[in-house]
Amino acid sequence: MADNEERLRRTMMFVPGNNPAMVKDAGIYGADSIMFDLEDSVSMAEKDAARILVYEALQTQDYGDAELVVRVNGQDTQYYANDVKAMVKAGIDVIRLPKAESADMVKQLEADILAAEKEFGRQEGSTHLMAAIESAKGVLNAPQIAAASDRMIGIALSAEDYTTDMKTHRYPDGVELEFARNMVLHAARAAGVAAFDTVFTNMDDTEGFYRETEYIHQLGFDGKSLVNPRQIAMVNKVYEPSKKEVANAKNVINAIEEARLKGSGVISMNGQMVDRPVVLRAQRVMRLAKASNLVDEEGNYLEK
Amino acid sequence: MEIKDTAVAGTLESSDIQIMISKATDGIQIELKSDVEKQFGDQIRHVITATLNALGVQAAKVKAVDKGALDCVIKARTIAAAQRASETTATPAWEVL
Amino acid sequence: MKNNVDRDLPEDVMADLNYQPFKTTEIGHPEIQRVAPKVHVSTGDDKVVTDIKQVVKDTLQDGMTISFHHHFRNGDFVFNKVMREIIDGGYKDLTLAPSSLTGVMNDMVIEAIKAGTITHITSSGMRGSLGDFVSHGGLKNPVIFRSHGNRARAIEHGDIKIDVAFLGVPNADALGNANGMEGDAVFGSLGYALMDAQYANKVVLLTDNIVSYPNTPASIKQTQVDYVVKVDKVGDPDKIGSGATRFTKDPKELKIASTVNDVIVNSPYFKDGFSFQTGSGGAALAVTRYLRQAMIDNHIKASFALGGITKPTTDLLNEGLVDKVMDVQDFDKGAAESMHTNKNQQEIDASWYADPDNKGAMVDQLDVVILSALEIDTKFNVNVMSGSDGVIRGAIGGHQDAATAKLTIISAPLVRGRIATVVPDVTTIVTPGDSVDVLVTEYGIAINPKRKDLQEALGNLPGVPVYTISELQQLAEKKVGQPKPLEFTDRTVAMIEYRDGSIIDTIKEVKD
Repeated sequence: MADNEERLRRTMMFVPGNNPAMVKDAGIYGADSIMFDLEDSVSMAEKDAARILVYEALQTQDYGDAELVVRVNGQDTQYYANDVKAMVKAGIDVIRLPKAESADMVKQLEADILAAEKEFGRQEGSTHLMAAIESAKGVLNAPQIAAASDRMIGIALSAEDYTTDMKTHRYPDGVELEFARNMVLHAARAAGVAAFDTVFTNMDDTEGFYRETEYIHQLGFDGKSLVNPRQIAMVNKVYEPSKKEVANAKNVINAIEEARLKGSGVISMNGQMVDRPVVLRAQRVMRLAKASNLVDEEGNYLEK
Repeated sequence: MEIKDTAVAGTLESSDIQIMISKATDGIQIELKSDVEKQFGDQIRHVITATLNALGVQAAKVKAVDKGALDCVIKARTIAAAQRASETTATPAWEVL
Repeated sequence: MKNNVDRDLPEDVMADLNYQPFKTTEIGHPEIQRVAPKVHVSTGDDKVVTDIKQVVKDTLQDGMTISFHHHFRNGDFVFNKVMREIIDGGYKDLTLAPSSLTGVMNDMVIEAIKAGTITHITSSGMRGSLGDFVSHGGLKNPVIFRSHGNRARAIEHGDIKIDVAFLGVPNADALGNANGMEGDAVFGSLGYALMDAQYANKVVLLTDNIVSYPNTPASIKQTQVDYVVKVDKVGDPDKIGSGATRFTKDPKELKIASTVNDVIVNSPYFKDGFSFQTGSGGAALAVTRYLRQAMIDNHIKASFALGGITKPTTDLLNEGLVDKVMDVQDFDKGAAESMHTNKNQQEIDASWYADPDNKGAMVDQLDVVILSALEIDTKFNVNVMSGSDGVIRGAIGGHQDAATAKLTIISAPLVRGRIATVVPDVTTIVTPGDSVDVLVTEYGIAINPKRKDLQEALGNLPGVPVYTISELQQLAEKKVGQPKPLEFTDRTVAMIEYRDGSIIDTIKEVKD
């Protein structure tokens, strides 16, 4: 498991890898993660061109604090090997494996990444990876996939392929995804990695997008894959903690600080011991609050 | 790298540049069409030439139609077109990327 | 000779045209003598005619100044109809003084210049083939560019002395009472044309719709009109404005618009009774939408919205979020129709709107304005006139005038394609940096250092990074590289007046 604690991954924005206008502007929207796509959004004839374009953009463009992810082509394609090599050489943060169905596929990717790191003199272990679950087999093997590599940062459900595999399609209420969402989420949590929900493609259905995002937020997903920058603000709004949550979290953080100053191993608040899950939740709420511009650097709530 | 065929990379979309490379006998000749010719024509030609030199291309005819591409895009499209024209797409020149 | 924004002005041209260099945005309190038109007295019973050629013959002589309005925008049929007769009539050495020139007029203007019919032009702007033609030295005398408010000022002063105004209207009665609100080719406010109607020596209305007498409401009055010419069609309704207003879906424009809204809402001016002008264009419409929500959320209402009006603005009027719309032109059908039905949407002429030499213009009362830019430089000077290749391709419009608002926001992307918007020096200064307060880009904002109060109010907005304008300029240059300087000849092809009639910059012939 890679260094997962600190990073928020509310929004992973897809960027078609062969579109220079979108590739160069990808950094301005404040996505937590930017995912350059070499796979489905790029036609067969342009796979090489997209790979080179993303490579050159990664060398020259400033994407700020965003986590940079590339979705390579599948392991069963002729493009996979060069995709992985190029992206490792480019120093990408995360390589996303599409259509992951087994732990072996992840291990193969890990080996290919390691070989590339050696070939191009990148620090070994510096390239992280994630897996997209897109089939029934992938869903059933999700726990093994999520735990297959120390480099793993998260797994994502990809519902378009999955629903086809399940002989259904996507419905507004999402009942067809219920099992897969829970499997992916549990697999991720058990392995200590992030869980990303699937895309929502109808840009005109704002209400539906909020409904789905609120639902996956309630389940416990880290965030959502996005097809359009306009969705970023909407996801962030759903993930924004309430004023009460922030106040509670602030109290917990203060209690931790107090215990540290006293040199005490036991954290207590209002005379009661604060246990680890409460601490972790408080830390996450404060991270969300900061990212949502709800608190200042010291954690004080900013009145709007 | 030897240019064997005529090949194209890039599109005519905004912020892109379409580069067509074909065989030539004598040096690198560039025919450029760009909306920003006045301000960036020389720079665009320079990036194309430098990229081809780095790939070891001695002679090539280049037709470029620019739609306001940044240098990194010009370089990427030049590499893609040159690799296609030299039939080396499957075995990229890693050192030039 | 250099003016106060450091532009070199050609001494000879300045002397020939009797111009002063730009000094300051302050207008002061001078005493002004306005002019009055000649009146050819009649009872008005025989104004209606059908033959444009005859009207031209009766009114026009070589060397005169003629005018048109641009309210029909790219749906205009009137300009070309009249100019055809004037060119064919062999007239020479005319001054063309329209409120502005739209693309549909370009070919005819070029033909008229080549024929020697038109030798002088003053306008708010020009684009396309005409801008190209003038920038390449196609017109012997420099074009004079004036803002809408400055055109009103120049007409009132007699700097522009209109001999014959040819004004298309969607309706008129036999005596010349007319408005812009009824008929096939409606465009709403007649704001710019009202100046011509009031000050031209001869006023010729052209309409495809003669209605019964007396026609009300009358924006142009029978007391001003010499002829009413019946024509087939004055304009193409589909090309006058956008039929239905479409909000931009461009994520970059939306990001800029949302930041503009943050700036407004957190400024000291966002309070009950504030006033604003947003203009047209995708980002401006989106700002109106964000602003609407902010007004609802904060229980704030505006006293008036000003300038060129769009449907999203008249929607605010109908919702009760804006008390009055002060309307000098309408950019879409929705806004034009609303003027007809809502008495709180007041038609105003260009003088009332923006003329600086006035007993108080509307822009003097304006709190917040959002304006665009082709370029903005590190001194906050704005160019809306010449493209990055140095060629004329824009219009001043109300830019200089509305920039006198208490909070002037320039909304523009940092770069467009490979062209930086934020530059060390703009190609052409139209609006001086002194009247610009905040620049909003997709990367963040820059606040004019003169505005310490705004630095304070906006310096620490969550999610809105603040840069110095030099930092934004450097960021832009880092992205696109350093362009090769443009090359011009010594010949002056256009003069840019500031709104007080002084010269803020000139445009030179491009060297190709």
